[in-house]
Amino acid sequence: MSTTATSPQPGQPQPAPSETPTAAGQRTAVTAKPVTWKVPVTLGVLGVVAFIFFGLMGPHQTAKFGISTGSDFFQLPALEVNAFIGGIVLSVLMLALAAYSVVLKTRDRKAPGWVPVLFIVLFVAAFLIWVVGGARTTNISLAGLIAGSVTLAVPLVFGSLSGVLCERVGVVNIAIEGQLLGGAFTAAIIATLTHNPFLGLLAAAVAGALVSMVLALFSIKYVVNQIIVGVVLNVLVSGVTGFLFSTVMQADKDKFNSPAHLDPITIPILGDIPLIGPILFKQSLIGYLMYIAVIVVWVGLFKTKWGLRVRAVGEHPQAADTMGIKVNATRFWNVTLGGAIAGIGGSFFTLVAIDSFTKEISGGRGFIALAALIFGRWNPIGAFFAALLFGFADNLQSIVTIIGTPVPSQFMAMLPYLVTVLAVAGLVGRSRPPAASGIPYVKG
Amino acid sequence: MTESRQPRHAAEPDPAETPATPAETPATPATPGNETPATQTQDAADAELQAADAATATSLDTAGGAMRPSAVPVSGQSGTVPGGPDSLMRKIFTGSGMVSVLAVLLALILGGLLIASTDKAVSTSAGYLFARPSDFFSAVWSAATRSYVALFQGAVFNPRGSGAAGQFAPLMETLTIATPLITAGLGVALAFRAGLFNIGAQGQIIMSGILAAWVGFALHLPVGLHLLLVLVAGVVGGALWAGLVGFLKARTGAHEVILTIMFNYIALYFLRYLLNTPAFQRPGETNPISPILDPNAVYPQILGSQYRLHLGFLLAIAATVFVWWVLNRSTIGFEFRAVGANPKAALTAGINVPRATILVMAIAGALAGMSGVAQVAGTEKVLTDGVAATYGFDAITVALLGRSTPWGTFAAGLLFGAFRAGAVQMQIQTGTPIDIVLVVQSLIVLFIAAPPLVRAVFGLNPRKKKATTSKKAATTGAAA
Repeated sequence: MSTTATSPQPGQPQPAPSETPTAAGQRTAVTAKPVTWKVPVTLGVLGVVAFIFFGLMGPHQTAKFGISTGSDFFQLPALEVNAFIGGIVLSVLMLALAAYSVVLKTRDRKAPGWVPVLFIVLFVAAFLIWVVGGARTTNISLAGLIAGSVTLAVPLVFGSLSGVLCERVGVVNIAIEGQLLGGAFTAAIIATLTHNPFLGLLAAAVAGALVSMVLALFSIKYVVNQIIVGVVLNVLVSGVTGFLFSTVMQADKDKFNSPAHLDPITIPILGDIPLIGPILFKQSLIGYLMYIAVIVVWVGLFKTKWGLRVRAVGEHPQAADTMGIKVNATRFWNVTLGGAIAGIGGSFFTLVAIDSFTKEISGGRGFIALAALIFGRWNPIGAFFAALLFGFADNLQSIVTIIGTPVPSQFMAMLPYLVTVLAVAGLVGRSRPPAASGIPYVKG
Repeated sequence: MTESRQPRHAAEPDPAETPATPAETPATPATPGNETPATQTQDAADAELQAADAATATSLDTAGGAMRPSAVPVSGQSGTVPGGPDSLMRKIFTGSGMVSVLAVLLALILGGLLIASTDKAVSTSAGYLFARPSDFFSAVWSAATRSYVALFQGAVFNPRGSGAAGQFAPLMETLTIATPLITAGLGVALAFRAGLFNIGAQGQIIMSGILAAWVGFALHLPVGLHLLLVLVAGVVGGALWAGLVGFLKARTGAHEVILTIMFNYIALYFLRYLLNTPAFQRPGETNPISPILDPNAVYPQILGSQYRLHLGFLLAIAATVFVWWVLNRSTIGFEFRAVGANPKAALTAGINVPRATILVMAIAGALAGMSGVAQVAGTEKVLTDGVAATYGFDAITVALLGRSTPWGTFAAGLLFGAFRAGAVQMQIQTGTPIDIVLVVQSLIVLFIAAPPLVRAVFGLNPRKKKATTSKKAATTGAAA
């Protein structure tokens, strides 16, 4: 997550070189944003909550986290933590972080980016210990938990990458949900008809791109409000896939809706490393594609000429146009590319995760991907980790229901959304999208 | 569309009112002989068309105010400028009313093609398409019309019903289903006008449903007072839930789209949790369902017990009037529109933008709350986790179709109510899945948002000629 801090942050105003000295004197007064109490207060409140609930009122059992699975080529002992002590230690660390940010605030300095990140990690760990320590079965497999989180995060990562590509070029993409759903449907039907999952994958990318092209056409050529087009496209794709599912797929499931699958590919030796192996080296093709896509999009956006142009179009289309960049063409093809990526993410549902298409199979994950991208501050790597966090929460919820905890499962299910609200309102704050995001560009 | 009988209100810029329109002349096809005059008339006609498009775009664009300030100044949104009657025919064929009708037609045609594409008779006749094409086309026609006729019979008038009461029963069902769509749609539309994209109607309906239902079944009060309290509880529930979003947005700058999406999920899981607690679960029931509301706590059925139509529909009409009044006749409404048009300018003009943000969200939530009350106290009379169905999301399309105007939203709510009511009948009669309604609805909104596309499809678009002629004009101009 440290890359988030080093990457270009559009939020910090850069001094304009052309300013006169007198203006520069005023500028420092204007641009030096007052450090707010928001981060210290949020961290403090959460720290106290953690101290009381996870620490003082925490369970006294020993929580056991399995790290190795039976097939690993060397075994690590399971991690055993007394839930009470673990809760106290972690929450004290959290309070220390909060105190640190308070101290910085009193000296009028902003807490560095790693403080909230580390805080989130500690909070999640304390929460995990608290939940497992209070459960009927105080033993879960950490390896399984994390591997499952990655699996659940795959479509989210693809979806948020699509969002990053679109928003960086100046088009708001609310249609991620539709792109995922379209990809899932097309992958299912093509992989069934051709008995070839790779063709299904390809078709999913094409379907996602087609949904995106409609978005691009309407928002760029016809200058329709981009959010409107996105919302409507979601409904449209949901309607079309639902209709075809009811009329075609349900009538003959074997013929139209039993797609060939992409099986996990284990890389020898590396795949058997405990904890890391299953995450990095025991994935399906789409899982590997996810890692590649995150890196490629990040490098592409921030280290290449293409990326510079894309970001220029998204930040200041007029300037980009003056420099000879074709603004609307750049937008069109980027949005299309984003759709193709989201389509691949959608194919994960039907080619890897579940063995056939059902109505609304994406289940609102496109919106979570949207949240992940904002949480990750329009940065591919930030979005990747945010998506992982959502996948983790999602997976934790199902595991917690199995091991049986005092927390009602509905609250566990609510957690990722609550965390997002807290993050967006408290930690991320005035999240600043690319300046021209959502604004159509009309030449002249 | 019912647009013609809507009162023309100030905030809807009419193409005819654009003052800069030059004297319009009917479009004459550009002939090679007299290129220059043709270009001029063409350009004049195009300018008018563009003005019409701009008007449409801005009236739709209020939705994106947070991201893009509207191009039309607030002062330009009221007052009337007389338009010339000489181009009446052109206006009829290219104006926004005709475009709306054509958009609906186009959406229905595409939906019909989708229905036909999966029809058995169509696919068998496609097998011998070249031998007897008439079979194929009649099969396509009958497949599509069969579904639409069933849709109409389920939504408006059923000739096989017993007596007039039975024949008009579908219409009453339409109005019943339209009720929550209208009020929630008004909430979304109002927030649009203030530049806020309120996707949270779903959560607001749920929260209001929770409060209204609890007051409805847990308290036992006399007639009148009880229902009033149910209504107040629901409205307050929705207002608080949405007001919280407004507060967070105003205080922390968090984006309302993300907040409202998250709040929808939080509300849904909260409801599911409550329905498994003794306070909300019906005694002796394992399913997540609440007790039935007291008879005193439910809306009376306004047209007798044979229809489900309830008092909520009249309240929806009242709400429409209220929103119209707020937007067009009140100071706070002016502030909302100013903030929606340009928040920075509004701030400079001394408008308290955070206050307007919180207030508009609270009112939007209160309106969505009326939908929640209509659901628990009107249609369902119990609380289940499906209390909001998909009304909250449909409300967004309703508001978009109604172009964020109160009466437009009302009409769009009626139309979508008709689709929903008719779709059930259509599925029973012809086996066409309800999802087709989603397709048609979304296509309508898409097409209405892009008038040039609709005109191009129906061959009413003079733009193509403009592209060539203006290029020629540019080159000749450069040569001179």
